[in-house]
Amino acid sequence: MSERKPVLEMRNVDKSFGPIDVLHDINLKVHEGEVLCLLGDNGAGKSTLIKTMAGVHQPTRGEMKMDGKAVRFNRPKEAQEMGIATVHQFGGTYPLMSIGRNFFAGVEPTKGWGPFKIFDRKTANEIAVREVQNFGITRIDDGDRLVGGLSGGERQSLAIARAVYFGARVLILDEPTAALGVKQAAHVLRIVNEAKRRGLAVIFITHQVMHAMAVGDHFAVLIRGAIAADFRRGEKSREEIADLMAGGENMASLEAAIDADVQEHPAE
Amino acid sequence: MLNIFRRPEAGAAAGFILIFIFFSVFGWEKNFLTPLGASTWLNFASKVGIMAIPVGFLMIAGELDISVGALIPAGGIVLAMATGLFGLNIWAGIALSFCVAGFIGYINGMLVTRTQVPSLIVTLATLFVVAGLNAYISKQLAGTTQHSLKDVGPISEFLMGDYHSLIFGDGDSKITIFRSLQSSFFIWIGFAAVCFFVLHLSPWGNWIFAMGGDQDSARNAGIPTSRLKIALFMLSAMAAAMVGMTEAVLANTASTTTQFGMIFNTIICVVVGGVLLTGGFGTVTGTVLGTLTFGIVFQGINFTTFDKDLNMLFIGVLLLVAVLMNDTFRNLATSASTAKKKK
Ligand SMILES: Nc1ncnc2c1ncn2[C@@H]1O[C@H](COP(=O)(O)OP(=O)(O)OP(=O)(O)O)[C@@H](O)[C@H]1O
Ligand SMILES: [Mg+2]
Repeated sequence: MSERKPVLEMRNVDKSFGPIDVLHDINLKVHEGEVLCLLGDNGAGKSTLIKTMAGVHQPTRGEMKMDGKAVRFNRPKEAQEMGIATVHQFGGTYPLMSIGRNFFAGVEPTKGWGPFKIFDRKTANEIAVREVQNFGITRIDDGDRLVGGLSGGERQSLAIARAVYFGARVLILDEPTAALGVKQAAHVLRIVNEAKRRGLAVIFITHQVMHAMAVGDHFAVLIRGAIAADFRRGEKSREEIADLMAGGENMASLEAAIDADVQEHPAE
Repeated sequence: MLNIFRRPEAGAAAGFILIFIFFSVFGWEKNFLTPLGASTWLNFASKVGIMAIPVGFLMIAGELDISVGALIPAGGIVLAMATGLFGLNIWAGIALSFCVAGFIGYINGMLVTRTQVPSLIVTLATLFVVAGLNAYISKQLAGTTQHSLKDVGPISEFLMGDYHSLIFGDGDSKITIFRSLQSSFFIWIGFAAVCFFVLHLSPWGNWIFAMGGDQDSARNAGIPTSRLKIALFMLSAMAAAMVGMTEAVLANTASTTTQFGMIFNTIICVVVGGVLLTGGFGTVTGTVLGTLTFGIVFQGINFTTFDKDLNMLFIGVLLLVAVLMNDTFRNLATSASTAKKKK
């Protein structure tokens, strides 16, 4: 790999919520056209880390750099304006709002002039339906429908389609495949590859080794808020990655323990 | 064809039509429907209505504001003291009254957004604080809780507190469009039109809905949730002050009496109007229809032969029916996605 400049970089970042220390001394770089897989056990701090990148939280210590320049995002809007789009682990859609209004929440297209600018419902609906259909959800054909009537996976697809549409430089996906069917999950992986091909930096959080192996160029494993391993594609085997994702425990011995348990207490 | 029933205002509209027909029939004898009779309930509705719309905005955004009960008298006495005690011009008095109300709304908003204390509790506290200040400051400065208004000119009276009629011709060929409608009615309709634009046409409306639908997601989507919420609290406080001022100009006096009843009235109008108590859903048209329904039930009983004491019971039943109906309509609206739309 040549020495490219990272798009986004975290340097010695700590994050605490009052007395609770969640992230310790995080050093991380994301490059253009590269997928960084962020792995780790539940509660390891993955969501907290990406929320810090997305401007939801501010680092307690340390600094962030974008294109080599120090940045501080005081609110999510500031990160968005720099081209960072995020699909958070939870939420992201509003059940009692239409698909078009959901898609453009916070970045509404308008028509008209001066103080009489009105929400351009037609354009919003057209773009939203088109982007969601491109995502393989062809059942959605009316942008006026309320999101509450969609399935969980369809809503997730809507949130991802939205981020892909707005993400200019960095795309952050926090467990995007958790609610998805096999077909839609495969599609998300294709989207990730496509975003990478277009030169975006992608941060991808998942609990599934298969998904991580399929798209990751670079892997970072968080254990209790610190980076425990940082390696590139091909440097570690599938089993080693699985062990690290389980928080450093040996999966093989874990499986053996489960087997032994099942043999001791066979199902009646 | 069924789509009209899927419109979010459908429940409020159905309720309004039913109540309207009911009272038109039972109140016919006593002139419920004559221009003068209609003005009774329209004038009453307009005062609740001016507050119901911004309180409805807050409810859509997931918050409540009950401090309006003390802001109505505050609006009136600030205007009265500014003109009477300090000799200010009436327009300066009106501006000052709005500023005071806006400041109290700002405090409500800051407390709610900074502390995460539920807005019910925060505004309950400010309700009593402001009520106390109304009485205390009044007595300390003016030595009374009853102030008379000074410097009301023809323009300010016309705009804020007068009776208006529109009658063509006279004698037998006389056509009455409306008669004895208070200025507050026209303020209400104008304000409703502006609020309709804000909630349903401008991008801000989308922010309010998103904030009530999922506060964290809205913030993550870059919507300035705190600032927006503070602005909404300021709006409802200023609307309450507006009501207080129209009452003061109309009666030429302002009193410090806290209007606890109006707190319930606004909330009833908003809920009957189809706004979801838990936030994220509601319309201005629905709120206006809910207010009209409430006005009819509250005042309409006087036009019927029913005992007056029954109006509370009526309102209670109305509220329950409205909430149940709104649930049904809302489910219809969300399930619309599974029904195939005919092209
Ligand atoms: N706002 C907050 N205030 C206090 N503690 C928090 C806050 N947000 C997260 N935490 C704590 O930080 C730790 C890491 O949480 P985080 O959500 O980042 O985990 P995660 O790695 O995303 O887990 P999962 O795989 O379950 O999504 C948890 O112990 C959590 O309780
Ligand atoms: Mg998480």
